[in-house]
Amino acid sequence: MESSILTLLIFVPVAGAVLMLFFAMLYGKENAHYYKWIAAITTGIQLALAGILYLNFDPALSITESPFTVQLNWITHFNIQYFLGVDGLSIPMVLLTALLSFICIISSWKIEKQALGYFSLFLLLDAGMMGVFLSMDFFLFYIFWEVMLLPMYFLIGIWGGPQRMYAAIKFFLYTLFGSVFMLLALLALYYYSDPHTFSLITLIQTVGSIDATLWGLSVKYLIWMALFIGFAIKVPIVPFHTWLPLAHVEAPTAVSVILAGVLLKMGTYGFLRISYPLLPGEMVNFAYILAVLGVINIIWGATNAIAQIDLKKMVAYSSVSHMGYVLLGIAAAISDSPAGAQAGMNGALMQMFNHGTITAMLFLLVGMLYDRTHHRWIVFPNDYEKPELAGQQGFGGLGAKVPVYTGFVAFAFFAGLGLPALSGFISEAMCFIGGFSVFRTLTIIATLGILLNAIYFLRAYQRIFLGPLNETYKDLTDISRRELFTIIPLAALILFFGVYPAPLLDMISPAMDGIIKIVQSVI
Amino acid sequence: MSNLSSLSFYIPELIIIIAILLVIVLDVIPVCKKYTFPLSLGAILLASVFLWQSYGESHGLFMGMISIDPFSHFFKMIFLLSTFSIILISRYEKQLDSNYSAEYNALLLIVLLGMFLMSSSINLIMIYLSIELVSIPSYILAGMLKNDKESNEASLKYVIFGSFASGLMLFGLSILYGITGSTDIGVITAALQAIEYPLSIYFPLILILVGFGYKISMVPFHFWTPDVYEGAPTPITAFLSVAPKAAGFAILIRVFYTMFTLEGSVSATLPLTNINWPTLIAVASAVTMTLGNLLAVQQEDVKRLLAYSTISHVGFMLMAFAIISPDAVRAIMLYLFIYLFMNLSAFYMAIFASNKLNAHHINDWDGLSRKNPVLCAFMALTLISLTGLPPTAGFVGKFYIFAELFKHQQFYWLAVVAILNSVVSLYYYFKIVKSMYLVEVEGEVIKIEAHPVVNWSIILFSAQNILFFIYWEPLIGFIEKSINLWSG
Repeated sequence: MESSILTLLIFVPVAGAVLMLFFAMLYGKENAHYYKWIAAITTGIQLALAGILYLNFDPALSITESPFTVQLNWITHFNIQYFLGVDGLSIPMVLLTALLSFICIISSWKIEKQALGYFSLFLLLDAGMMGVFLSMDFFLFYIFWEVMLLPMYFLIGIWGGPQRMYAAIKFFLYTLFGSVFMLLALLALYYYSDPHTFSLITLIQTVGSIDATLWGLSVKYLIWMALFIGFAIKVPIVPFHTWLPLAHVEAPTAVSVILAGVLLKMGTYGFLRISYPLLPGEMVNFAYILAVLGVINIIWGATNAIAQIDLKKMVAYSSVSHMGYVLLGIAAAISDSPAGAQAGMNGALMQMFNHGTITAMLFLLVGMLYDRTHHRWIVFPNDYEKPELAGQQGFGGLGAKVPVYTGFVAFAFFAGLGLPALSGFISEAMCFIGGFSVFRTLTIIATLGILLNAIYFLRAYQRIFLGPLNETYKDLTDISRRELFTIIPLAALILFFGVYPAPLLDMISPAMDGIIKIVQSVI
Repeated sequence: MSNLSSLSFYIPELIIIIAILLVIVLDVIPVCKKYTFPLSLGAILLASVFLWQSYGESHGLFMGMISIDPFSHFFKMIFLLSTFSIILISRYEKQLDSNYSAEYNALLLIVLLGMFLMSSSINLIMIYLSIELVSIPSYILAGMLKNDKESNEASLKYVIFGSFASGLMLFGLSILYGITGSTDIGVITAALQAIEYPLSIYFPLILILVGFGYKISMVPFHFWTPDVYEGAPTPITAFLSVAPKAAGFAILIRVFYTMFTLEGSVSATLPLTNINWPTLIAVASAVTMTLGNLLAVQQEDVKRLLAYSTISHVGFMLMAFAIISPDAVRAIMLYLFIYLFMNLSAFYMAIFASNKLNAHHINDWDGLSRKNPVLCAFMALTLISLTGLPPTAGFVGKFYIFAELFKHQQFYWLAVVAILNSVVSLYYYFKIVKSMYLVEVEGEVIKIEAHPVVNWSIILFSAQNILFFIYWEPLIGFIEKSINLWSG
C-alpha cells in the first residue's frame, strides 16, 4: 500500500479520464452529469490518498529512507527510472494540488460546454501537476512538466474568455520556451555527471565534480542559466511575466485557480528541488540578484495591481507580487545566521502553500461575482462597449445585498494583504525576517509591497462593496451552498495556519534544513 | 558474389520486379484490370515476408554493385510499409482517377524498387542509377492529376530541379572516379585516405551533397519541396515526404560514412583528415530547420505547411548526421521511423479533410473537432508529436538527437538553435489544433465519417506515438541491431 500510494496519486486522475472516455463511448458525449461526478469522485479519491499520505508522513525521513519511495527502471539503456518520492519539500505541494483539484472540480459544476473534454483535460492536468511534485527522476520530472502544458492550452483555449486563443498560445509558447532550455540542462546534467543518471538524488553528489567549460563559461553556470530560464518563466519573474495576466484573465475560474495556485509554485519548487541541491555554488553566487528580482516582483506586481480596473487582472498581478516574497525567502538561504536562513527558506515554502490557498480563494470569489454579473470591471474602461457606462464604477454597495459573500471577500482580501492571524502574514513575515538577515536595504524596500498590497485590495473592496447599492444589481443572489463548500475549506486552512502554523512548519523544516546545509557547505 | 548466386539473396526485389511487370501487363487486359490493386499489395506483403526472413544477413551482391545488410533491411522495411500504406490509401482519395490506378501503382512499385537499390548501393554507378530510378517515376507521380494545373506545375518543377541536382551529383561522382580510379565506394575510401589536397575532395563531396540534399530537401536544395508537395496528389505528397527521404538518408549515411571518414565504416568516429564535413552539415542543418520553420509559420495551406515542416524535420535529422558516430546513426534511424508514422498520419488527415470537406486552407478546418472528434483527437496527438512534446514518440526522437550532441560534446550552438526551432514549430502546428478545437463555428454540426481504411490508418499511425513513448526500448534495440553495414 505505502509504496503504491504515490503512483495512485498520479494515475487515479488518468484512470478517471479514461473512464470518462468509456462512458462517452457507451452513453454518448452529451450527458455532462456523468463526467462531473466521475471527476469529483476521482479527485475526491486523490484527496483522500493525499490525506493518508499526510497522516503517515514522517518528516524526519529522507527520500531514500521513506517507505513511499518507488524506484523502478523504465528505460534501462538511458538509465531512466520511474522514481517517485515525497519529502518535506513536496508534501505541501502535493496536498495543495489534491485539495485545489477537488475544489476546482466542484467549482466547475456549472460547465455545460463540452463537459467531457473539460473534465477529462482537467484530470490530465491534475495528473501532470502531481507528477511534477512527486518525480525524483529529472527525465520524469520534465515529462510531467511538459505534459501539464497541453491540457492547460486546451482549457484556456476552449473554455476561456474572448481573447482565449491568443492567451492560450502565448501561455504555451512562453512556458515551452522556458522548458526547452530545461531539456538542454537535463541532457547536460546527464552527460557531464558520472555515472550518467537522471536521478535527482544521485545528481546531488555527482554534479559537484563537473568542472568543464564551454564558450568560456563553466558548464555548471550554463546549466544553471538554462534551468533558471525555465523556472523563471513559470514563477513568473518580471520581466518574463507577461503571459500571466493575459492567461489569468482569459482562463475560466477553475483554471485560473490551478494556474495561480499550483502552476506558479512549480517555478519556485524547481529552484528548491533542482537548482539549489544540484548547483548550490551557482545559486549562492546568484542569490543577491534573485533577491533583487524578488523585490522587483513584489513592487512591480503590486504597482501594476493598483493600476488594474479588471478585478481578475488585479488578483493576477497580486500573484506576481506574492511570488516575489518566495524569491526573497529562498535567496535568504545564503544568510550567515542559521535562524535567518531557516526563516527565509521555511517562509518561502510556507508562502508557496499559503499563497496557493489564498489566491485560490480570491479567484474563486472573483469567479462567483463574474458568474452572476458577467463582468469584472471595478471601473468600466473608457472604450467600453456600452459608451454610457464608460468610466463609471462597475459595482458598488454590494455589501448590503450579499453579506455572506462580502464577508468572505473581506476575509480573502485581508489574507492577501497579509493581515496578522491569517496565514499569509506568517509566511510573508518569515520571508522578510530571512531576507533582512542578508539583504537589509532590499528587504526594507520590499516591505513597501505590503503597503501597496493594502492599497489595491482595500480600494477594490471599497469600490465594489461599500457605498450606495448600484441599482443594476438589486437582484443579486448571495453565495450558494455549493460555492460555500468550495471556499470554506480554504478559509479554514488560511485561518488555521494563520493562528497555528506549527503543523506545516514541522512538516517542511527538516527538508529545508537539508537544503540549507547543502547551500551553507559551499559558502 | 557472382551474379547468379546473388539472385537467391535478391528475392524481395525480384518479387517487386515481377509485380511491376504483371501490373503493367494486367492493365491492358480489361478483365484483369481490377486485380492490379490486390496484386500490388500482395507483392509488397510477400516481399516483406522474404525480407523479414533474410534479416540479419550481410552480403555484397552482383560483384560488388549492391549489398544487403541489416542497415538496408531496416530502411527497406520503412519503404515497404510506407508504399503499402500509400497504395492502400490512394484508392480512397477522390482526386485520383481510378482509370489510371494500375499505372499509378506500377509507378509506386518502381519507386519502391529504386529505394531498395538506393538503400543498398555500394557503387557510384548504382548510386546514380538508383537515385534516378526513384526520381523519374516520382516526377510522373507528382503530375498524376493530368487536368490540374498545380499538379502539372509540380511535376515540371520537380523535373527541372531534379535533373539539375542529379547532373551536379553526376559531375561530383565522375570527379571522384577521376581522382581515385574506381567506382566501388570501398576502394574509393582507401584511395581518398592518401589524397593530400583537401580541396580535391571537398569539391566532389559538395557536389554529391547537392544530389543527396535535393532528395532529402536540405536547404538550399529545397526549393522544389513546397510547390511539389502542394501540387502533387496528397497521397503522393505523403509518400514523397517520407519514403524517398528515408532512402536519401540511407544513401547519405552509407556513402558519407564509408567514403568520407577515416575508418570507412558506420562505426566511424572521425571524418577524413582535413575534411571537416560535419561542420558543413551542422551549418546546413541549422539553416534547414530554421528556414523550414520560419517559412512554415506563414503558411495558410495545410499541405504547404506540412511541406515546410518536413524541411525542418530534415534539419533535425541532419543535426545528428553532423555527429559522426554509430549512436548518431541510431538516432537518425529512430527519428525516421517515428517520423514516418507521424507524417503519414498527418497527411492522411489532410486527405480526409480535403476529400470530405474540400478543405485545404487552415480556416477550412475550423471546428473540425465537432465533426469528427475521434480523428481530430488523434490528429492533435500527431501534431503534438510532430512538435516533439511528451508524451509522444516525437519527443523520444528529438530527445535522442539532442542526446547525441551532448554525448559527443559537439555543436552545442546547434542544440540551442534546434531547441528554439521546436518552440517555433509549436506555433504553426498548433495553428491547426487551434482551427480544429479552439475556433467556434456557428450553426448545426454535421458529423463526418472517414472511410474505415483512412480512419484506421490515421488512428494506428497516430496511436504509435503513445506506444513508443511509454516503452521504446524494444524499438531502439531493433535499430541497434540494424546499424550494421556490409563492408568488403
